[in-house]
Amino acid sequence: MRRALAALLLLALPAAAPVGAEERRSGFADMTPATQAMQRDDAANPGMLWALEGEALWLAPVGRAAKACAACHGDAAASMRGVAARYPAMDDATGQAVDLAGRIALCQVRHQQADPAPRESQPALALAAYVGLQSRGLPITPAEDSRMATLRAAGEALYRERRGQLDLSCAQCHDDNAGRRLAGSVIPQGHPTGYPIYRLEWQAVGSLQRRLRGCMTGVRSEPYAYGAPEYIAIEAFLMGRAAGMAVETPAVRP
Amino acid sequence: MIRAVLLALILAAPARAEEALPRPAGIAPGDPARGRVIVADRQRGLCLLCHAGPFPEERFQGNLAPNLAGAGSRWTEGQLRLRLVDGRRLNPATIMPSYGRTEGLHHVGRVWQGRTILGPQEIEDVVAYLTTLKE
Ligand code: HEC
Ligand code: HEC
Repeated sequence: MRRALAALLLLALPAAAPVGAEERRSGFADMTPATQAMQRDDAANPGMLWALEGEALWLAPVGRAAKACAACHGDAAASMRGVAARYPAMDDATGQAVDLAGRIALCQVRHQQADPAPRESQPALALAAYVGLQSRGLPITPAEDSRMATLRAAGEALYRERRGQLDLSCAQCHDDNAGRRLAGSVIPQGHPTGYPIYRLEWQAVGSLQRRLRGCMTGVRSEPYAYGAPEYIAIEAFLMGRAAGMAVETPAVRP
Repeated sequence: MIRAVLLALILAAPARAEEALPRPAGIAPGDPARGRVIVADRQRGLCLLCHAGPFPEERFQGNLAPNLAGAGSRWTEGQLRLRLVDGRRLNPATIMPSYGRTEGLHHVGRVWQGRTILGPQEIEDVVAYLTTLKE
């Protein structure tokens, strides 16, 4: 009985306030000065190698259409400016939300009539890094679409759901304990500002989905398959939570 | 109404702190030396991810949770056992995982399904170690 009352009281408390706009902090802020310098300097940032490879892919005609990305979109610096800052977005043809990697794959299939680069493959990451780079420094601006609002709500539910053998939610680490130390790592607020990122631990560039899988297996939960709608929903929620923060792609993380 | 309930809870608090679990039948008393190894092991006990403790040889200790030093002065053996087996019974919102519970979990990774984080004998060893941490 007493326990039931205690549970009731807990439920009656207002839900934890979202991380406020003023106190939001990119994972960049928690890095050592050396790692920050690596991200800031294009000559030292290994992610730029992926972006350079992406530029070459942008210009290369491929597929049965023998068209390059540039054949339709021209100069990426103009046509791709701000694009990564507003993904995930709805694909009107299917009525499904897609992340930036999903959009690139759809272009490869529909417009280049090529096989889409598999998720997490070198060419997929390279193109995403190159397109993402065109939004570097711009504020994250999620679409106002009501279907996206529904998706963000679904993502938030996943973010707050306790999972895995350790029974922890994303929110318990990234809202309630951000800034504290989980063993040697400072827990960041978990903003998706820099993806794809070059992670020192990976010695490679990886996507946000790879990062989310890392957190999921960390609490001993079963990660979703790459491309799963759950990741798109979580990303949509995280991008809404990070609205107004600057895109850092390609960021560096420890 | 809420105030009355709160008051009732405050008055009841000491009673809740008394809640404790006995050593399960068929499980031998724990070995503190083995328990210490488990607590420091980041793949088995995982304790130092969140807690710091009297482990001068361990470099990276967490600060999400109270320091384990003195835990044996603050709590009885039975209370420590309950906190390890299923701390959710005391604080449903705690981030401390339940080391002896498999029910009520979601999306558990395939290799971990149906398994508790520590076995009952390992839990006993950890409890035995924690009782030695007197302030
Ligand atoms: C037990 C704590 C914990 C949980 C639970 C957790 N994370 Fe993390 N997360 C971390 C830590 C620590 C890092 C920093 C990198 C590292 O050291 O692994 C991180 C990194 C991240 C980042 C990268 C931030 C950046 O600056 O690039 C994102 C995004 C993220 N987490 C999202 C999530 C989501 C979504 C979930 C739930 C599915 C989740 N995390 C669950 C601890 C956690
Ligand atoms: C993911 C984080 C986490 C992990 C892992 C964890 N704990 Fe805890 N523990 C906590 C928190 C937070 C508390 C504070 C009480 C609460 O939340 O209800 C706590 C409380 C305790 C207490 C009571 C503290 C006191 O003195 O008042 C003991 C004893 C304890 N933990 C032991 C352990 C041991 C031993 C392990 C590993 C076998 C462990 N914990 C693993 C987070 C954790």
